[in-house]
Amino acid sequence: MTLASVVIVGAGQAGFQVAASLRQEGFEGSISLIGDEPGLPYQRPPLSKAYLLGKIQETNLLFRPSDFFTANRIDLQHDQVTAIDRQNHRVVLASGAALKYDHLVLATGAHNRPLPVPGADLPQVFGIKTKADADALAPLVRSARNVVVVGAGFIGLEFAAVAAALGAKVHVLELGERPMARAVSREMSELFRQAHENWGVRFDFRQGLSSIDSDNGKVVAVQTNDGRSLPADLVVFGIGVIPNAQLATEAGLEIENGIKVDANLLTSDPKISALGDVASFPCLHNGEQHTRLESVQNAVDQARAVAARLMCKSAPYSALPWFWTDQGDLKLQIAGLSSGYDSTVILGDAAEQKMSVLCFRNDRLVAVESCNRMGDHMAARKILTRAPKLTAAEAAAVGFDLKAWEAENRD
Amino acid sequence: MPTLTFIEHNGTEHKVKGDVGQSVMQAATFASLPGITADCGGACSCATCHTYIDDAWVSKLQAAEGMENDMLEYAFERRDNSRLSCQLIISEEMDGMVLHLPSSQF
Ligand SMILES: Cc1cc2nc3c(=O)[nH]c(=O)nc-3n(C[C@H](O)[C@H](O)[C@H](O)COP(=O)(O)OP(=O)(O)OC[C@H]3O[C@@H](n4cnc5c(N)ncnc54)[C@H](O)[C@@H]3O)c2cc1C
Ligand code: FES
Repeated sequence: MTLASVVIVGAGQAGFQVAASLRQEGFEGSISLIGDEPGLPYQRPPLSKAYLLGKIQETNLLFRPSDFFTANRIDLQHDQVTAIDRQNHRVVLASGAALKYDHLVLATGAHNRPLPVPGADLPQVFGIKTKADADALAPLVRSARNVVVVGAGFIGLEFAAVAAALGAKVHVLELGERPMARAVSREMSELFRQAHENWGVRFDFRQGLSSIDSDNGKVVAVQTNDGRSLPADLVVFGIGVIPNAQLATEAGLEIENGIKVDANLLTSDPKISALGDVASFPCLHNGEQHTRLESVQNAVDQARAVAARLMCKSAPYSALPWFWTDQGDLKLQIAGLSSGYDSTVILGDAAEQKMSVLCFRNDRLVAVESCNRMGDHMAARKILTRAPKLTAAEAAAVGFDLKAWEAENRD
Repeated sequence: MPTLTFIEHNGTEHKVKGDVGQSVMQAATFASLPGITADCGGACSCATCHTYIDDAWVSKLQAAEGMENDMLEYAFERRDNSRLSCQLIISEEMDGMVLHLPSSQF
């Protein structure tokens, strides 16, 4: 089966990588890459970190220069797909055109969950998703004196660290009881809470906001749920995302917390794949439960898997999830998925801000969170892709070293 | 525009032009150089942009330090002249620099 045409919807991390990997694998048919953002495909992680700080420039965000797309016959179209016509194997574009596909790839990502309070539409209220968001935010964060961050997840905290470094007073409101509660262990949350407080960030946990007040169209304050008024000239929220699954829903594809795909990343229509932030897939590293991950690793590895399958080199998707976030001078890296862990072993020292948390479920290592301990992270990525052997008791022994254990237990 | 030479493990040479201020990794990926996957896009989080600095150039660069050094411990076949190319920012002085690629990034 050789395909004549692949159409990819969404020119973000996953969509770009499918196109690039297809050509690398020797695909000779046509590739249309349709994205509704202006410019060339770019990476998002620096938007809330180095790019916002001005440490890197616009061109440093790009995956490839424009001549790459021409040379590789990747037809990048700035347009929006408005409908999938499954019967006739074509997509309809906002510009009115229609495109035929032999195979369709949905890489539409996710959008920020909107802030559901009065005042959320004011011009000094931001979520960070696109380069346009970061470009609009950059000058404001430099002039802001009082910044309120809503949500102590990864992006909220990355931004809080940037704003504090640029001299603003930063106040974080979080409904949960600790930072990054859904993603990391209590021990790691605590290390990051202390670090942010040392940078001057204030936290209000179990706290939300009821409205954003303005004067002459400018944000002046945030009203908290317990009735306090916090001065603010800039509000940034990061309260989760909603998968861009509308096209798929309207086309009648199976949906379950995003577009539901099988172990080969195929949707309920065998001519349509989905991957990246929008796709919920049976995750080998999460007990084969359907899981939706928002990470560069997930987008890139799934893109390679889709490209390989389209080139008939099929293998079920099995890559180990890993992730990083940079906050101030701290790099947090996570290997594996810790959901449902029941015990932990700590390596290193929280006071020195060098610590790894080994997460076990039923005495089986499922994830390792490392702060400024890259060696542990890389060792964990190797250990977690092998047959399970490391027990919590072994790891808890005095002087245990994850890297040494990894080296001694290679296959 | 400084020119860098990358030599693949099999001896194939590639001349790549880079911009001052750009990372060596980005110059390589912009030129679609085979063998540098750079999965994390330059965040010093993946160690798949591993290169060996040619002997003639090693002394002109600092050795890997800090986070980069820690990541390199787990790069495939690390050597004394190993560097993560996303952490090398191109300067005029690098014109003519020669880098070798490992046989694998994994
Ligand atoms: C600020 C920020 C910081 C991040 N930091 C990290 C980090 O440190 N580490 C990490 O691992 N991950 C990080 N991530 C997550 C990572 O960037 C995402 O997981 C990744 O981009 C997902 O790739 P994707 O292709 O699925 O979605 P996206 O990259 O979001 O791309 C989807 C694209 O599809 C377009 N689109 C949607 N619908 C249509 C349509 N109908 N027609 C045409 N185009 C459409 C969208 O506009 C978008 O351009 C970060 C994300 C953000 C926003
Ligand atoms: S690109 Fe990931 S470490 Fe260099």
